Amino acid sequence: MNEQEYNIAGLSRQEFPMLQDAACRDRNGRPFHYLDSAASALTPESVLRAMDGYYRQYRCNVHRGMYDESARATEEYETSRIKVAGLLNAAPEEIVFTRGATESLNMVAYKLAARLGPGDEVVISIMEHHANLVTWQQFAKQYGFKVRFIGLRDDFTLDMDEARRLIGPQTKVVSVMHVSNALGTVLPLGELHDLARQHGATVIVDAAQSVGHRPIDVQTMDCDFLAFSGHKMYGPTGIGVLYGKHERLDALDPFLYGGDMILEVTEEDSKWNGPPHKFEAGTPNIAGAIGLGAAVDFVTAVGVENIERHERALARRALSRLADVPGLKIYGPTNDELDRGGVVSFNVEGIHPHDMADILGGEGVCTRGGHHCAMPLMRRLGLPGTTRASFGLYNGEKDIEALQSAILKAIKTLKA
Amino acid sequence: MNGIDHDRIGRADLYRQNILDHNRSPRNRRRMDDATISRREVNMSCGDDVEIFVRVEDGRIADLSFDGIGCAISQAATSMLTEKAKGLTLEEVAVLDRSFVFGLLGVEVGPARLKCALLGLETLKKALRENSDT
Repeated sequence: MNEQEYNIAGLSRQEFPMLQDAACRDRNGRPFHYLDSAASALTPESVLRAMDGYYRQYRCNVHRGMYDESARATEEYETSRIKVAGLLNAAPEEIVFTRGATESLNMVAYKLAARLGPGDEVVISIMEHHANLVTWQQFAKQYGFKVRFIGLRDDFTLDMDEARRLIGPQTKVVSVMHVSNALGTVLPLGELHDLARQHGATVIVDAAQSVGHRPIDVQTMDCDFLAFSGHKMYGPTGIGVLYGKHERLDALDPFLYGGDMILEVTEEDSKWNGPPHKFEAGTPNIAGAIGLGAAVDFVTAVGVENIERHERALARRALSRLADVPGLKIYGPTNDELDRGGVVSFNVEGIHPHDMADILGGEGVCTRGGHHCAMPLMRRLGLPGTTRASFGLYNGEKDIEALQSAILKAIKTLKA
Repeated sequence: MNGIDHDRIGRADLYRQNILDHNRSPRNRRRMDDATISRREVNMSCGDDVEIFVRVEDGRIADLSFDGIGCAISQAATSMLTEKAKGLTLEEVAVLDRSFVFGLLGVEVGPARLKCALLGLETLKKALRENSDT
């Protein structure tokens, strides 16, 4: 890794209260090597300030308040939508605010699944997060269509031969993740989408691990829908986005009924507002949306390309250090030629991932042990789970050194 | 400050010598051919897997063994349980709770690992309960 990449992290670390001296004192001086950003990324000052500003200065409801504070709330809320649209190269009316990627994926599946039936198929990958997998699985039971799983090759990449066999005229939806939260694998969305298009299937992308972590352009990606969460890209929890092509959103019925989503209501019937408001019934998470807008500003200022390069460099550095640990096996792409996300999943022979993660936690190395909401994947790999270290823009060489020495300590403790 | 002692519910030396010893050399880890009751339970979320074998004679646990795979905490706690619960009456087992397991382990287990620690005891109690129902 070169110096420049470290400067990115070095500068940005200052922006995160959780990484400052005061937070360290609260931990009685224990170190805090935060390697769990794939679960949730830490929040920078600018995001906190934006949300605090809303609560202190103009904490009023959006839309139709005939006074300055409400007008400002509306303006800031809608400005966040414009910022998110800019990040994805979408139009603002194609951005629906939700509670997170899970709600986004449920929302679109809820509406699309009702049009499917026996003989229809939905193709997903075996790596899918439960938010995508369980959703389609359960709707398949309800409506009688089938869910097909694209498997993995030995190098933990998606088996495109199987994808070509599975995707056909019966395929109505292809719904896959962009970057695997469990393995770090990057899925070949271009090829998959070409296949889906040939057969007229709707394309949905779970981009929870990629928005804010690598450049995303929904035009070149050519997806119909895309879902992500704010808190995995340095924004607040409880806010996320469903992107949908305008004509696709326009053609969907509302998900929830209530205020803001209607145009006209009589005793007998209602007319819907257009997208995105049609899908935002009720008072939205205003502070969350404003915080998400600030998070977009933050990753844009650092440079999403820089973040991508930094995370990939950290992953490679970790892979090379962990390769020296006896009995340690990596689950995910290790070949330098392969694109990968900033997630490194591993097990040490004879050590359960929960014991490993627990001992690492005691050393101030914050990782996650378990199935990473991908139980069918773990079952296919024959594992109870893995320990996962995942990187954010604030991580550096010291965190990886700490990870390696804590793993060695865990091995010593459990296997001595 | 907020009434929660984070150090206590954190990892109070969970990987102490007795636990590591039972994990490395589990006691009574064998399948029992003449078991009167057996039951398998799995913590799906973490993959801990324990099967308990009991031979009941005259309302007492005459023999107790287990088989399983999983984390050190689940396996060590079950191993310790098989040593201490042997000879107890079914009524005595029915009232055992988490404090009994903490006593065996010699440490209070925090919420993150509680299910691991209690898997063996829960499996034993379910096995005996199910048997008394039928």
